[in-house]
Amino acid sequence: MNLKPETFQRIDEVITHYPVKRSATLPLLHLVQEDAGYISEEAILWIAQKLELQPINVLEVVTFYPMFRRAPIGRRHIKVCRTLSCALLGGYKTCETFQEEFKTTLGATSPCGEVTVDFVECLASCGTAPVVLIDEVLHEKVDATKARQISAQIRAEAAARQ
Amino acid sequence: MPAPAQTRVIFKHIDEAGYTNDLGCYLRHGGYETLKKSVARPPADLIEEVKKSGLRGRGGAGFPCGVKWSLVDRKSGKPIYLIVNADESEPGTFKDRYIMHQDPHQLIEGTIISCFANNVKQAYIYIRGEMPEGARILEKAIAEARAANFVGPNILGTGYSCEIYVHRGAGAYICGEETGLIESLEGKRANPRIKPPYFPAVLGLYQCPTIVNNVETLCQVKHIAEIGGEAYAKSGTPGNTGTRIFCVSGHVQRPGYYEFPAGTITMGQLLNEVCGGPLPGRTFKAVIPGGSSAKVLRFGERYKGKRKAGADMVDYDWGVEDVPMDFDSLAMIGSMGGSGGVIVMDDSVNMVEALANINAFYQHESCGQCTPCREGSLWMKKISSRMVHGDARKEDAALLKSVADQIPGRTICAFGEACSWPTQSFLIKFKDEFEGYAEAKKSLPADRLALV
Repeated sequence: MNLKPETFQRIDEVITHYPVKRSATLPLLHLVQEDAGYISEEAILWIAQKLELQPINVLEVVTFYPMFRRAPIGRRHIKVCRTLSCALLGGYKTCETFQEEFKTTLGATSPCGEVTVDFVECLASCGTAPVVLIDEVLHEKVDATKARQISAQIRAEAAARQ
Repeated sequence: MPAPAQTRVIFKHIDEAGYTNDLGCYLRHGGYETLKKSVARPPADLIEEVKKSGLRGRGGAGFPCGVKWSLVDRKSGKPIYLIVNADESEPGTFKDRYIMHQDPHQLIEGTIISCFANNVKQAYIYIRGEMPEGARILEKAIAEARAANFVGPNILGTGYSCEIYVHRGAGAYICGEETGLIESLEGKRANPRIKPPYFPAVLGLYQCPTIVNNVETLCQVKHIAEIGGEAYAKSGTPGNTGTRIFCVSGHVQRPGYYEFPAGTITMGQLLNEVCGGPLPGRTFKAVIPGGSSAKVLRFGERYKGKRKAGADMVDYDWGVEDVPMDFDSLAMIGSMGGSGGVIVMDDSVNMVEALANINAFYQHESCGQCTPCREGSLWMKKISSRMVHGDARKEDAALLKSVADQIPGRTICAFGEACSWPTQSFLIKFKDEFEGYAEAKKSLPADRLALV
């Protein structure tokens, strides 16, 4: 398994948090996904071995929890809240705007490879609806105008990297 | 009657200018003083204080915290675990987020006091996967508390040791259900366990006695330890003590979080005065009072019956605006206080479309273990989505209701109730709107806000 040295270090540390190794399944999946971008077949086998489990024990967890993915996505992950409070204040419009801005569809990676736009369920920030989680940062009151601003910012950052 | 003033206890420092989430700031505001006093007391005294306080769990069910603690099996010889339920996921609820992000040490202090009271040596904070920043803040705060000897081995020289670890979920709402949460913490799919026999107090994490408490509940415990159970019980109303945090979202002028002594504010005061009323030119149509699974209330309907007032039974005749926002009053009128998440809808909202949004949520989040819930939530979603995006039929109203009626009471966990209550209540209270949707849809503006 090809991971950064600090990821291996954190993996070994987190396993010590539990009296039963299997409990470290979710933490390991998070650490591997943060490092490798997604959960590969190899990762499932490696985690199973690491935690002395059968591969199916890891696979069934991966397929149950929405945050784990089996394939790579865009460089940035745009998660728009779909649930009622956000929808009441235009969440669907916000999501549509991001898709238009990056010429992509829900769940797909944009042609430029920069973003993947997804709808997710309630992000527990209903008082500042509509909300959008981009990677690890929560953006609040994201109407269509703000969605376009954020998109421009993402494109500018992408251009600056090249 | 004007709304009472907010009493910020748990949210005392939320959004306070200059208040930061590090240990230094917390200590400057008297932090961990209550812990110091608490670890010098017999643990049983602390449990007694919590019982006397009348504290009811703030996660949604409103179960008395002291009773929960007294059910813990202390004779098995097995270790007792405490899990902080920080999987805040009930749509409309957004209070624990602010505690964890802005005042994490309050939670840690409450947790360690609760652990000490219950002889817990290991606690886990199960936080939503979608709150990575919150998880980092908590981990940093725990490390600071450990360095200051408030967490870890031999806390404050008492010989008592307790460790706290943060455990991240991965996007599944069902992990907020305590036995699903336990399965998830054990590294499995979060399929809830059946009770009996799997009451967490007896057979919880690793088949050991386990206490699962909500973030806000543990902060309330810290406050109870500070002022004493009797003094605590003086705030709020009998049976609904302490403060409650209401999270108001949707169609009001000032959405947000507001903390009041429990039972002292009515729905009308909360929405009209505190939250500034409906948006310009709009009127309130419906409100969901305790997270999206709570049964919807329709503005204009009346609730009549007899209720207890002290020792007497008195008649009540309330409109939605008159209902006191406490667990018992909301239960009396057929809904629930739940997690305190109040979702407001004005007259621009079509109820079929709002329900279709809610149904999509529950279909996505059903763990799939019990057939009535897995299939029922799926068909409720399919039918309501078809009504909005395809052909709507008059008989869909009765069909939806019949699917919903076949779920509750037939599932392992309360998700069955949670997913059917919205459909049942929408169909009872807005029946005309569902039956007439096929016709009404023709004249609804095409550019209206999409809800599903």
